[in-house]
Amino acid sequence: MEAFREHRGSVASLPYVNVDTDQIIPKQFLKRVERTGFGQFLFYNWRFLDGDSKNPDFPLNQPHMEGASILISDHNFGCGSSREHAAWALQDYGFKVIIAPSFGDIFYNNSFKNGLLPLRMPEDIVHSWLEKGKESTFQLRVNLEEQTIEDEEGAHHSFDIDPYWKNMLIYGLDEIGITLQYEDYLKEYEAAK
Amino acid sequence: MGKTIIEKIWDRHKVYQEEAKPDLLYIDLHLVHEVTSPQAFEGLRLAGRDVRRPDLTYATMDHNIPTKDRWSITDQIAKKQIDVLVDNCNEFGVELAGLDSPNNGIVHIIGPELGLTQPGKTIVCGDSHTSTHGAFGALAFGIGTSEVEHVLATQSLWQNRPKTMEVKIDGRLSSGVSAKDIILALIAKYGVNFGTGHVVEYRGEAIRGLTMEERMTICNMSIEGGARAGLISPDQVTFDYLEGRPNVPQGEAYQAQVEEWKQLATDEDAAFDSTLTLDASEVKPMVTWGTNPGQGVAIDGTVPAPEEGKTETEQRAIRQSLDYMGLTPGTKMEDIQIQHVFLGSCTNARLSDLREAARYLIGKKVAKGVRAMVVPGSMKVKRQAEEEGLSKVFIDAGFDWRDAGCSMCLGMNPDQVPEGERCASTSNRNFEGRQGKGARTHLMSPVMAAAAAVHGRFVDVRELDVTTQA
Repeated sequence: MEAFREHRGSVASLPYVNVDTDQIIPKQFLKRVERTGFGQFLFYNWRFLDGDSKNPDFPLNQPHMEGASILISDHNFGCGSSREHAAWALQDYGFKVIIAPSFGDIFYNNSFKNGLLPLRMPEDIVHSWLEKGKESTFQLRVNLEEQTIEDEEGAHHSFDIDPYWKNMLIYGLDEIGITLQYEDYLKEYEAAK
Repeated sequence: MGKTIIEKIWDRHKVYQEEAKPDLLYIDLHLVHEVTSPQAFEGLRLAGRDVRRPDLTYATMDHNIPTKDRWSITDQIAKKQIDVLVDNCNEFGVELAGLDSPNNGIVHIIGPELGLTQPGKTIVCGDSHTSTHGAFGALAFGIGTSEVEHVLATQSLWQNRPKTMEVKIDGRLSSGVSAKDIILALIAKYGVNFGTGHVVEYRGEAIRGLTMEERMTICNMSIEGGARAGLISPDQVTFDYLEGRPNVPQGEAYQAQVEEWKQLATDEDAAFDSTLTLDASEVKPMVTWGTNPGQGVAIDGTVPAPEEGKTETEQRAIRQSLDYMGLTPGTKMEDIQIQHVFLGSCTNARLSDLREAARYLIGKKVAKGVRAMVVPGSMKVKRQAEEEGLSKVFIDAGFDWRDAGCSMCLGMNPDQVPEGERCASTSNRNFEGRQGKGARTHLMSPVMAAAAAVHGRFVDVRELDVTTQA
């Protein structure tokens, strides 16, 4: 996994609640056996109209959101299906950080495993950013080590993160490799069963 | 103070524990299917790792497979995914219920059928509806593909201890009201994220009165309320279901096992982090009108208006759902006409679901202009239904009788609902595009779906007195 310490990027605003993983990556794209190449299918049914022309009404198709690397959305982002393809698609599209007031549990875990940083932020801050991002983009600087987000006005907003995941991301660690160092404990457990 | 079943199972599976770290939790059963596993096996191969416990791993193919002519998969990408699963199972020594196996079926239907699902186990699968197995008093939850790879390699997962939630459901169910209605009513009442970060235990007299198959329907949809997992303390109903199944100890060993399972139930003085309640006697047959499982009303209700949303965001969400579903606020649910009926999925494709629907359908015909299909949850359910004559009832009524699979629940195989058309579905998700691009899904119980098939619109099965139709 790629290490993640700090990221500065522009914001895309998706002011919807309960964005489920079926929307993030629709089922017709789950048949691939690779981990890569899912970005082109991200939000497929929302981004594209019939005949694969871009839907001009969809937020991510607004010119000012082009090249964004931080996605902001509303409550319960990533709910529903466990498909990790959702995290792969967001990352492949170019997102490094997802900010929302709350997330679906499985998506939240899946994101960490891929070095995509999901951040829970207070609802009022998220709503103000969602509103601000509608008409024009803006930059945020995410510092994982300090656990802060700095906005363009220079204000610092702190966030909580599980120390376990913080450590994994900062050092870009291979979780399976680490777990295999606990082989003695696994053997002991199995022997006692 | 006593412990909840959640804490008991958790504590028995801790391999390693350290301050400021998640616990390393042992996994007793890992179920695998074709869609969420190929990248995990590939990861093992690239790192030169083995499957640590193939004996605790069991695979099936269910999401992609056709339910008609199951051997002729015309979609080459789907076919490749299925071939890759066969190859991976061979290479890593994992048992597979393939297309030719009598045990093949939807992963959450065959686990219990084969007795692999048992009280007290930790069970994972790369599928959010893994919570189904919680009906047996197992701690069962869905995981992503990276976690699938982690379990394949280590038979364990780093997990933070979840919060515990009691959902207390007392009161008696009225006639014509089913387990599906309980869970849809619960999610409609408390929303699609009431359970986020929690493992839910369903308790109360209404739950005790349910059969195992009904309990599975409830636990299955825990994820639709946002819960990590949902479970029910095992009791005699659980033990009776498991007795004599393959993979369950027999004879004296079974008796000893039951004594052990009895210790799992939540202690009387145990405390939960939070409690929700639902009165089962007030639950009516439910139908969803929107694009998430919480957007549902009783059959005698109407389509809501955006103004009923409490916040601007909620109002916008309702407007977006109504727009997608092509519905006008104030429309009576009973006036909504349908073109498709899907009876299937890991939520409602067990034998009792098929019996409920068939009992109503005896001597009746599917309405003109309605395409109806039954997709049994497993090949075993299919065989049993054929032996009992249920298949004949469905076929005589005008239903298509299919082979097992996930089918139209998510339309990864050829079974899809065309754009703009409406489906009465016994599945678990009414998300946009779930059953096909632009498809409009309404979730409900099997008997409600059967009645919708006959009338071409939603009807209140309580008024049909379905219980005396047999």
